[in-house]
Amino acid sequence: MKKNLLKSSAVQSLIASLICIVLGLLIGYIVLLFINPAGAGDAIMTVIKNFFTYNRSETQLKYLGSTLVKTAPLLMCALSVLFAYKVGLFNIGAAGQYVAGACACLYAALGWGWSWLPCMLFAILAGAAFGAIVGLLKSYCNVNEVISGIMLNWIALYTTNMILTNVKEVASPYTYQMKSAGPDAILPSLGLDKLFSNNEYVTIAIPLAIIIAILVWVVLEKTKFGYELKATGFNKNAAKYCGMAERRNIILTLVIAGALAGLGGSLLYQTGYEQWQCTHSSVPNMGFNGIAATFLGGLNPIGTIFSSFFIQHITAGGAYVDKSMYCSQISDLISSLIIYLCGFVLFLKHAGCRRRRRR
Amino acid sequence: MTLLLQYTLIFASVLILVALGGCFSEHSGVINLGLEGIMVLGALGGALVMKYMPAVSPFVMILGTVLGSVLLGVLYSALLAVACINFKADQTIVGTALNMLGVAAATVIVKAINTAANPDDVSSTIQYASAKKAFLVNIGGFEFNWFMLIALIALVIAYVTLYKTKFGLRLMACGEHPQAADSVGINVYKMRWAGVLISGVLGGLGGICYILAGVSEWKFENGVAGFGFLALAVMIFGQWKPSRIALAALLFGLFRALSNVYFGFDFLVSLHIPGSVYNMLPYIISLIVLAFTSKKSRAPKAEGIPYDKGSR
Amino acid sequence: MEAQYAIEMLNITKRFPGIVANDNITLQLKKGEIHALLGENGAGKSTLMSVLFGLYQPEEGTIKKDGKVVSIKDPNDANDLGIGMVHQHFKLVECFSVLDNIILGVEPNKHGFLQKKEAREKVLALSEKYGLQIDPDALIEDITVGMQQRTEILKMLYRDNEILIFDEPTAVLTPQEIEELMQIMKNLAAEGKSILFISHKLNEIMAVADRCTVLRKGKYIGTVDTKSTTMEELSAMMVGRNVNFHVEKGAAKPGEVVLNVEHMTVASKVHKNNAVRDVSFRVRAGEIVCIAGIDGNGQTELVYGLTGLEPLKEGKIELLGEDITHASIRKRSASGMSHIPEDRHKHGLVLDYSLEYNMILQRYFEPQFTNKAGFLKRKEIREYANQLIEQYDVRSGQGAVTIARSMSGGNQQKAIVAREIDKDPQLLVAVQPTRGLDVGAIEYIHKQLVAQRDAGKAVLLVSLELDEVMDVPDRILVMYEGEIVGELDPKQTTEEELGLYMAGAKRDEVKA
Repeated sequence: MKKNLLKSSAVQSLIASLICIVLGLLIGYIVLLFINPAGAGDAIMTVIKNFFTYNRSETQLKYLGSTLVKTAPLLMCALSVLFAYKVGLFNIGAAGQYVAGACACLYAALGWGWSWLPCMLFAILAGAAFGAIVGLLKSYCNVNEVISGIMLNWIALYTTNMILTNVKEVASPYTYQMKSAGPDAILPSLGLDKLFSNNEYVTIAIPLAIIIAILVWVVLEKTKFGYELKATGFNKNAAKYCGMAERRNIILTLVIAGALAGLGGSLLYQTGYEQWQCTHSSVPNMGFNGIAATFLGGLNPIGTIFSSFFIQHITAGGAYVDKSMYCSQISDLISSLIIYLCGFVLFLKHAGCRRRRRR
Repeated sequence: MTLLLQYTLIFASVLILVALGGCFSEHSGVINLGLEGIMVLGALGGALVMKYMPAVSPFVMILGTVLGSVLLGVLYSALLAVACINFKADQTIVGTALNMLGVAAATVIVKAINTAANPDDVSSTIQYASAKKAFLVNIGGFEFNWFMLIALIALVIAYVTLYKTKFGLRLMACGEHPQAADSVGINVYKMRWAGVLISGVLGGLGGICYILAGVSEWKFENGVAGFGFLALAVMIFGQWKPSRIALAALLFGLFRALSNVYFGFDFLVSLHIPGSVYNMLPYIISLIVLAFTSKKSRAPKAEGIPYDKGSR
Repeated sequence: MEAQYAIEMLNITKRFPGIVANDNITLQLKKGEIHALLGENGAGKSTLMSVLFGLYQPEEGTIKKDGKVVSIKDPNDANDLGIGMVHQHFKLVECFSVLDNIILGVEPNKHGFLQKKEAREKVLALSEKYGLQIDPDALIEDITVGMQQRTEILKMLYRDNEILIFDEPTAVLTPQEIEELMQIMKNLAAEGKSILFISHKLNEIMAVADRCTVLRKGKYIGTVDTKSTTMEELSAMMVGRNVNFHVEKGAAKPGEVVLNVEHMTVASKVHKNNAVRDVSFRVRAGEIVCIAGIDGNGQTELVYGLTGLEPLKEGKIELLGEDITHASIRKRSASGMSHIPEDRHKHGLVLDYSLEYNMILQRYFEPQFTNKAGFLKRKEIREYANQLIEQYDVRSGQGAVTIARSMSGGNQQKAIVAREIDKDPQLLVAVQPTRGLDVGAIEYIHKQLVAQRDAGKAVLLVSLELDEVMDVPDRILVMYEGEIVGELDPKQTTEEELGLYMAGAKRDEVKA
């Protein structure tokens, strides 16, 4: 029976993800062909290669490190989306929770001179608070979590711009360099930077993100709480039938999801890799790319580690395309295509289940 | 004061157009979270027409721009329709993907155009300062924008279509009780396609209207700043009814306008509230409004549920 | 020469894998008559109607309209032939007016603009002619169920349908509304419409129908003139006398009262009347009490109220003397209530969970399965699941790790039964526990219920199957239109008598 081979959901998810990636890249390639047929092949290869475009292995390692630096926050956002999705909630507010986390840790570091751990905890708290608002509005006022999430994204953005203006450089719209203004807040590297050709931005953020992904997996798979959450996500009626507290679970889930995304903010900005631009007029893409990573990772925390890396890999790869022909957003285009395609994939899986159920 | 009125009306026009788009889609039974992306594509379509069309006459310019934005809006909304109606994909994921895809695609296209024209130009900005004049009529300091009229006409047409025509009756039946519609011989899939495509028309119009509102160039990397979602909030606040949507849009438009003109009011300036607060205002208001209206909201009953002819 | 019959379904046979849903069935509807179609749940009535509406194509048999053979491929063909139906669950758009619902699909229009004036005139004329009182501008959600039904009838008349089918039309109506409906049906027949009336309420059939065709287990039993028959005869035709199985059990030894329900009233989700009206009863330890009745008479809502899935509008529930009227579901469960739900896919199982996870659905939080840190004890769960699987003979592809979705219905049900019984409840609420199962599984579950009784537990069985109702319980409470209309002793009563109660033809004043 062919059903047996396809029955393993891990295999199914992997195949589905690969199909999405291939199709996404293919459509991206076609778009490039339209823009300029001459360099399309090279450009798509550049996106896929990312740091391999460098010849020297030390340089490759260094830029692999840079990709990993940004993979860590992306992974946190993806885990945030994933965690909520397990209960059937779509946490598009991860983007704003991430921004809130960034704001909290930057202000605590640059304004108050806190050291790294309290800064990080403060970021987690800020993200959790934004998640809690979504959860409260959902469970007590029946507000669609997507719409409230989007509204909070913008509120988080403008609030952050406003607050961080107090710690910004005089001549630029950017916040102070963390290295000079809040060195205590920089995450320790524990020598990890040495592994990546002295890439100073490589810190414990990377192993921490992976550990948290594993923790999320443990919570979902091994604990009573995860058991309840997944039961609610799979079958709300059965969860009610056996007496699970739906309202409490919704709020708690979004608080945790918010905390994860908030931590994501901390894991990027506390490396000093980026400064916040106080004139940001759009919500950073990190949270939205997290959605792509979540679905591409087959809604599995471990799969999400790899999909986050992949999404960040092509996003960074976009920066290397020949600017005289194409722009770096080609990788955004590919990742959003991948999400769109993931919508279909979920359909394919569910259709199979639906057919079986009707029998 | 005139300025406040002017900005309120133009932002309200955007919100009316897009919220009506959402309204048609949801009345047919499809939640259109991709309005934001549709707006971006509509804006792109209109901006390209303004960039390339020779200034023959203001009327031709307006017509061309409108057609350009409608065309791209409709084509783009078809992506939502095919995924959500025919393939029964998750409407939330697809809508979100379309929002991201909209910004990315518009940026890629505009940058490609700019770079092709001038290899040093890597911006995603389109300028339309001269073409924009076609849309404006200055009436004693009040800058009238033809889109205000277009929004008003769209409002009237939407009202008449929904409540006075055969099409409107059938459309709403599909969003409320598709099985009932099916049982009297109405093709639910066809009606839902129609609803989504109309939301493409109106979303596209709203997009071009938005980038014409205050500025004379647009950087497509920025998308449309959550306006598609504000429009959804307007739609919910308006309880899916055109007349109420208009009122809700005026209210939200007023708050949005404040961020553009608050410095013109002495008493607002004297409050020393940072500009970011005014920027946030529409979103905060919409959250509050949603908190109070969502519980007893009368959303179309079958919205968000893919229709499956086989399940009886 | 005019044909005698408006519609004829001749020798219809429709098979599904493993079952003959319609076995050589003939139904002839005369012009201007009211023809009843009688049969139990699963007798083949809805399959026959689906054939008439072109939803299924029969393997054998022909359909004739006015004496001419016709082919009906889909519902639109049926519409074109003038066949209309009032569905049991109305197909009305709630936020539309009555008039809009009537014209939907056949809107009079000029260039697409609705011309409601002429529609309104036609509707008012029809409503006058047939005595169907409606307010064309009222919204469906604001009007009574009776008025909604009249709207459905007007929908058919507006389309000039000649053959009107009423599918269980009285299930959701109050007695007064039923009275009115009967009159309306007579008016319609008098005006020359031919009516097919699907029902299992004998008194209504006797009151309104001219002839009655009876189906049983997919077979055609006969067609009789209502004037020359009795309710007893119809009841006998409907239920038959063949019993498929028999449950071995000794006499019950009822003990103390375990469940005490007083004046329970539960609102309905489908219509505005209460689904359960002022119901009082008790269940004692060591007895099986069965709530019998035809589907849709409030049994589902009664169980929802009892188990906490829906709040009570009025009344009180006591479990072992403790008031649990407002207790949470978890509290009720902890107090000793087990619930084998009616819909095992909706409530009973998390289909995407493994069998072992489903086995602990009611107990996962207990120290036996969760340690103090909140981790699930995998080993204990596996052992427990394996023990239940063995003890209750639950078969599946991969044992404890099998995904519930991939299991057969019978084994899914066995898993639920195992889970609920092993919780060692004081009260076991079993709702249609054998629905859709094969004979072996049915027998097994019946034995388990009796074993629970003999172990001194109170069992409340809700069943639609006459055989089960007659065989398993020690007492029968018959529910009809949300009320308990009779208490019967299965050893004393007959299926005919039970049928009369279930069909509303007979009722007693029942004291709790």
